[in-house]
Amino acid sequence: MSVWYAICSATRLDFLSLTFMQNALLAVIIMTPLFGILSTMVVTGRMSFFSDALGHSGFTGIAIGVLCGAAFPIWWAVGLAVLFAFLFSFVRSKTNQSADTIIGVFSSTAVALGIFIATMGGGSFTKFNKYLIGDILSVTPGEIGLLALVLLAVIVLWCFAANKLVLTAVHPQLASSRGVATARYETLFTVCIAVVVTLAMSWVGLMVINSLMVLPAASSRNVARNLREYHLFSILGALVCGLGGLVTSYYLGCSTGAAIALYLAVFFTVTFLLRKKRA
Amino acid sequence: MIPFAYNHLGGCDRACCLKIEDLTVRMGGDVILDHVNLHMHCGQIVALIGPNGAGKSTLIKAILGQRDYEGSISFHPAGGGAGKLRIGYVPQSPSFDRGDPVSVMDLFTCCNCKRPAFLRPTKAMREKVLSCLANVHSEALIDKRVGALSGGELQRVLLALALEPMPNILILDEPLSGVDVEGEGLLMDMLDEIRKRFDLSILMTTHDFSMLEKYVDRVVLLREKVLAKGTPLEVLNSDAFAQAFHMGGGGGQ
Repeated sequence: MSVWYAICSATRLDFLSLTFMQNALLAVIIMTPLFGILSTMVVTGRMSFFSDALGHSGFTGIAIGVLCGAAFPIWWAVGLAVLFAFLFSFVRSKTNQSADTIIGVFSSTAVALGIFIATMGGGSFTKFNKYLIGDILSVTPGEIGLLALVLLAVIVLWCFAANKLVLTAVHPQLASSRGVATARYETLFTVCIAVVVTLAMSWVGLMVINSLMVLPAASSRNVARNLREYHLFSILGALVCGLGGLVTSYYLGCSTGAAIALYLAVFFTVTFLLRKKRA
Repeated sequence: MIPFAYNHLGGCDRACCLKIEDLTVRMGGDVILDHVNLHMHCGQIVALIGPNGAGKSTLIKAILGQRDYEGSISFHPAGGGAGKLRIGYVPQSPSFDRGDPVSVMDLFTCCNCKRPAFLRPTKAMREKVLSCLANVHSEALIDKRVGALSGGELQRVLLALALEPMPNILILDEPLSGVDVEGEGLLMDMLDEIRKRFDLSILMTTHDFSMLEKYVDRVVLLREKVLAKGTPLEVLNSDAFAQAFHMGGGGGQ
């Protein structure tokens, strides 16, 4: 970290003079490519609504964690989101209702349960605002390390499994006819999203976190002609919007998560206007 | 029931043969397929016909190993002995999202390579894919997105994909749906060329009976059981065919 602080100080940029901004910048640099990568498969696999619901279940987890007096309620959130993901797959395989209906059922139940627990006994809801709006300036060096580890894990997963994940997402029957264990890869990826969404929730904010999961790849799809461009535009777009959002929030004093989401919306608009007849 | 291939090709000893014997598939309490017997030899094109819900897809899933079954499915290469069955499968086509940023090259990479598809493909990989596409005369499609292909083009790409690695048997699920008359002729000519060049057997399901006589060696009429099998003319003129498609109120033409 000291190397990073030295680099930041050396830039002599106004907004990098404070330690928490230096932390936040590093967190954004690590976190946004992570979302950029996952985003590609969330959108291809039509899971954007699902990742939103996972965030909601994370909120329930935090409420339970706070109720139990846990020092780090975020781990409860991760645990509950993973449980939620498994439960969802199970219910999905046992019913003929469509996926978005099941997600709606789970999502609303999770939010209701979260608010129920959080406000039980006349409890104040304000302590949860941190998770709804998010605060990237509160990120600690330890948490940045954790983010870096998650990024590394996702990159490793991608190197080994990207081909199978893509095939499973674009054509499940073709994938299974070529010997891909589709259910296993779907579950693996779902757990991945659950962990990342809930970990990042307290920094980006539950209300806007799904924009980071959906918009980078949705924008990239407007112009990408193959998987290489798809990943490249998605990751670069997320990174640039992340940096832009952080700087903007510093000068305007607004929520960083919201600023990033708005930049991503602009990114989507621009690529939408740029989309041509693709090959 | 005498498997039809015995009568016409002089037994399974010399030719390579896929044997389906006493195949029964149940779902819940219902019997979907009931003691189905079929032999398929290399170089043959066999069409599987039957009304909707007759068990055609179930039979294909059983052959692909995606479905539990009773009975046996075995394969013997030419000259006898036991051999490993490699199946090339062309799924029913129109299920790619039109917006997916997946090129034909990407699709081949995802299916056949270890190198992640989000990296630039090596020259050797590209050459390999071009040679696969050459089998279906579609080299020009390599950089197109799969979502942007026409029905016929997609069908050819999926066919090229099914031929790599080279299978013993090629299975096509409704290859003619979503393809126009001209494309239909092109595709069937191509299948004819492929089975001659690579000596493999082709099993396809179809609802289009007009092309059976011209292109297909054998027709199997399926509804839970094998109701009729033989040459296209034999099956199309059989009572079972009339019952299944005219009086039975099935989904055919």
